[in-house]
Amino acid sequence: MHRKRRSRRELYNKEICACSIFGAMNREGGRFTGEGVMKAIASMRVRGNGLGGGFAAYGIYPDHRDLYAFHLMFTGSTDPARRAAKKELEAHLSRKFDVYFDEEIPTDDSVFVRDPPLLWRYFVLPRKEGDDAATADEDYIVGEIMAVNTRIENAYVFSSGKNMGCFKGVGYPEEIGEYFMLDRLYRAHTWTVHGRFPTNTQAWWGGAHPFGLLDTTVVHNGEVSSYGTNRWYLEMYGYACTLQTDTEVIAYAADLLMRRQRLPIDVVAKILAPPIWNAIDRMDEKEKKLLTTLRMAYGPLLMNGPFAVIIGETGRMIGLTDRIRLRPLTAATKGEMFYISSEEASIRLISPKLDRVWTPKGGEPVIGEIKSMNRMKRVC
Amino acid sequence: MAKAFVLEPGVRAGPSGGMGAAVIDAASLETRELNDRLRELMLSGARRVQISNVCGQRYIGTRLYTPERLKMEIEVLGTAGNDLAAFLSGHKITVHGNAQDGVGNTMDSGEVIVRGRAGDVLGFSMRGGEIYIRDGCGYRAALHMKEYQGKRPVLVVGGGCQDFLGEYMAGGVVIVLDLEGEIHDASFIGTGMHGGVIYLRGTVEGSQVGDQVDISPAEEADMEVLEVYVSRFLERFPEVETTKEEILASPFTRLTPRSKRPYGGLYAY
Repeated sequence: MHRKRRSRRELYNKEICACSIFGAMNREGGRFTGEGVMKAIASMRVRGNGLGGGFAAYGIYPDHRDLYAFHLMFTGSTDPARRAAKKELEAHLSRKFDVYFDEEIPTDDSVFVRDPPLLWRYFVLPRKEGDDAATADEDYIVGEIMAVNTRIENAYVFSSGKNMGCFKGVGYPEEIGEYFMLDRLYRAHTWTVHGRFPTNTQAWWGGAHPFGLLDTTVVHNGEVSSYGTNRWYLEMYGYACTLQTDTEVIAYAADLLMRRQRLPIDVVAKILAPPIWNAIDRMDEKEKKLLTTLRMAYGPLLMNGPFAVIIGETGRMIGLTDRIRLRPLTAATKGEMFYISSEEASIRLISPKLDRVWTPKGGEPVIGEIKSMNRMKRVC
Repeated sequence: MAKAFVLEPGVRAGPSGGMGAAVIDAASLETRELNDRLRELMLSGARRVQISNVCGQRYIGTRLYTPERLKMEIEVLGTAGNDLAAFLSGHKITVHGNAQDGVGNTMDSGEVIVRGRAGDVLGFSMRGGEIYIRDGCGYRAALHMKEYQGKRPVLVVGGGCQDFLGEYMAGGVVIVLDLEGEIHDASFIGTGMHGGVIYLRGTVEGSQVGDQVDISPAEEADMEVLEVYVSRFLERFPEVETTKEEILASPFTRLTPRSKRPYGGLYAY
């Protein structure tokens, strides 16, 4: 039986942070452990305060590449509460999905982390019955994640893509990396990382970055001061904001615009971080019409306030700042490697010689792609 | 843990012949430890310091003010972290590599040379001294740079600058040489500017510049200023393959504020 929806009053509305973000991608698709990105994010330790760290890793489950990998956290204050949440979740899951394999997410318990939840992963495919049969798999999964996150007390799906996974928690990111043994157990072609400095909401495991839905993940430095507007708009499309952090809306906006509405990233960037009106006034007629239309149609998805984000997808990594670049972001390349970071030094730490380093323009995405993978994706 | 020590003369020389320079290996040093070492060295009489393996440590050169105005020459090998030379008091810092955000934040006097590029808010609130950047820089260079009586800061950038160059600028001289030949595609240049002068090699459109700014070609008196600082720029970066004559042969655009109080009427009743 579903419990009643959590009271809105319990949810905090926004956060400010001076976080660190980092991303590394091998554009040839070669996979590497989390060791380097852990080192890089650790070098920006002063940007966080130990109250949140997390990773998104792409290409880590090749043996289950065709199954959706759900990462769950069960957050009750006692072990029986966590077990009860797990039991309730599994009952729900078995009604809605075929579970092929599940296990506890391995952790190194010699690493001290505060109040770790019970962490479990399930490799599943949707089992659509009745009215659901006509629903696309991905829409079905998003709907079910929202159902779990809003209705099952103490259970959160924090990762749900194929052949990828998020790992996050309360602590410095390098501690979280060690806790999940990302330097030993996983090899990914793309890693994004976040070190958190929450100031508006309390730290909890679900509030750490990245935020993800299916294979789209977001790590974020900044504050979405339009959070309220963005959130109401996204709720109209069935997205429930349950994680008490503003970054959540960016992940859902990315899912809505990029997956459901299939808009290209250049257009998505112009929706999230649009040019200001007097810049639009100077554009040629065609561009002016496009940007005016976008501002009209998608006004409630404009992300106001300072931000720098790294959006991860299968085969693609995107860096974006707000239109006037009120948060730092540096991009670099070295051979097949593509990096995005809050600070250049953290890139140099793991790749001292770089082919190119630059400051991306505000509101304009920098994009790294694994060519072979994207071709496959487009054909599908 | 690396320790600062003074090398015997001739034991090891730095990139520009650092005979007798004190050496700090910053590989395992935190920001605070590195700046503690610098201060200890300065107080123990060192006048030249070379810091190797710098990788993101912040505020290098910040806590080096003394009433007697001791001065050091500091060479940084690696990537200098945010707020390099913040509040710098008379010292000379050369970075053999890139610098990050906030170089010369509220710098008081001295000189910063970066043989590479700088990030955002370069020269933020700078009130004296000189900064030379060999390559380009990010957003908001010279944000609220200021001058007062004898203090007039100078910022010379060899490459291009991005948006909001000279935002709320209140004084000082900014020279952007754009040697990589990119057209200035920055916007909001000089927004809120109410003092100082910006010289750009090449030209800009009115729409790239804030409403408070006058655009005019550089005149003879301006060219004299430019000649001095272009010469100094080239002395500091012999690796830049161009001559003063070549640089000065191009037209320069001068940006100056229309008013010292652009927002004077804003809060008037």
